[in-house]
Amino acid sequence: METLAMHISNGIVNGPVAAVFAAFALAVLTLCVLRGQRDLDDRLAPMAGLVAAFIFAVQMLNFPVFTAGVSGHLLGGALAALLVGPWVGALCVAVVLVVQALVFGDGGVAMLGLNVTNMAVLGTAAAYLLIALLLRVLPRTPAGLGVTAFVSALVSVVVASQGFVLQYWLGGTTDLGGNLAGLAGTMAGVHLLIGIGEGLITATTVVTVAKVRPDLVYALRALKPAASAPVVPVAGGAR
Amino acid sequence: MSKRPWGFVVGGLLVALLLAGVVSNYASSHPDGLDSSLLRGCTVDAEGEITGGSCPAQQERDHELADSPLADYGVRGLDNDFLSTGLSGVLGVLLTFAVGGGLFWLLRRRGPQPPAADRSSGEPAADRTTRQRTAAESPADSASRAARSR
Repeated sequence: METLAMHISNGIVNGPVAAVFAAFALAVLTLCVLRGQRDLDDRLAPMAGLVAAFIFAVQMLNFPVFTAGVSGHLLGGALAALLVGPWVGALCVAVVLVVQALVFGDGGVAMLGLNVTNMAVLGTAAAYLLIALLLRVLPRTPAGLGVTAFVSALVSVVVASQGFVLQYWLGGTTDLGGNLAGLAGTMAGVHLLIGIGEGLITATTVVTVAKVRPDLVYALRALKPAASAPVVPVAGGAR
Repeated sequence: MSKRPWGFVVGGLLVALLLAGVVSNYASSHPDGLDSSLLRGCTVDAEGEITGGSCPAQQERDHELADSPLADYGVRGLDNDFLSTGLSGVLGVLLTFAVGGGLFWLLRRRGPQPPAADRSSGEPAADRTTRQRTAAESPADSASRAARSR
């Protein structure tokens, strides 16, 4: 049976750079635990477990992106940020990546810091900044929530892909002959298309949850519309 | 009083089990965006093996735990691909829920439910610390709350 790998494999980035990113990822996840505890109550904790399990499931569902034999799959940062917030959301994606690396042989254990940095940290952070901005200016309708989810998910995937390009620039094991821009362009192009899939999955899921149990969508609870007074200090220039 | 999330969580888990246990067999087997980008410059055969050229993917090394019983999203020893993929997906969903849910349950804020208005993030730190300490002193209270929430 052929190998099914979705994340950075061993040998792609050198050990020292992988170790630096492991330390970085560990530091950020510690911060996420400290900040996330404020959000985690009896209602959010089981929801966060579900979000992690759901992201694991949907990451298995590779979808074709164009005819050239390339597929994509959900990363989940935007979905997690919308449903359980940025801090707990990053932890959800990290839990998925740890289970995949330690149990399913997907994504080298030595590369875990790189994968966590790209998908759990960068992906979730980029998504939440956009969510915080868009949810304040767009109407609180299924369409407004759907557009927020789609755009934030799409952008988060491209940002995560460029995280890998940065890591490859620092410690890639193949000399690209100065053609890092080529890798950046390829990664961005493919992940723009994957991002459309990510956006559709994220929007569908979040709009569905908002219809069934709007009280379980973190972003709708935490982010007040622009008109109301208290502004959460996340995306500085939102109105 | 806000509604409990348990019914929703069970329903969501069933959807995740269906996706990972059945739908996963219909997923695309083409390399994903990362792998295909790393294969640029190489030629590959129908099996996905590199046949020539030069590309970053050639530096790939074996996974530390490549002989894990669930490696590559299959159950070792199970010859039926459909069952192997599906069962590994089901086990993965349950394991992820157990690890994630358990971790988040241990990390959660304890103590009396805050008023619905400030459930999000804006409450003062001192207030929270006091409440956590109160909860630590009365484990029976939090146990009974856990029991009620079922």
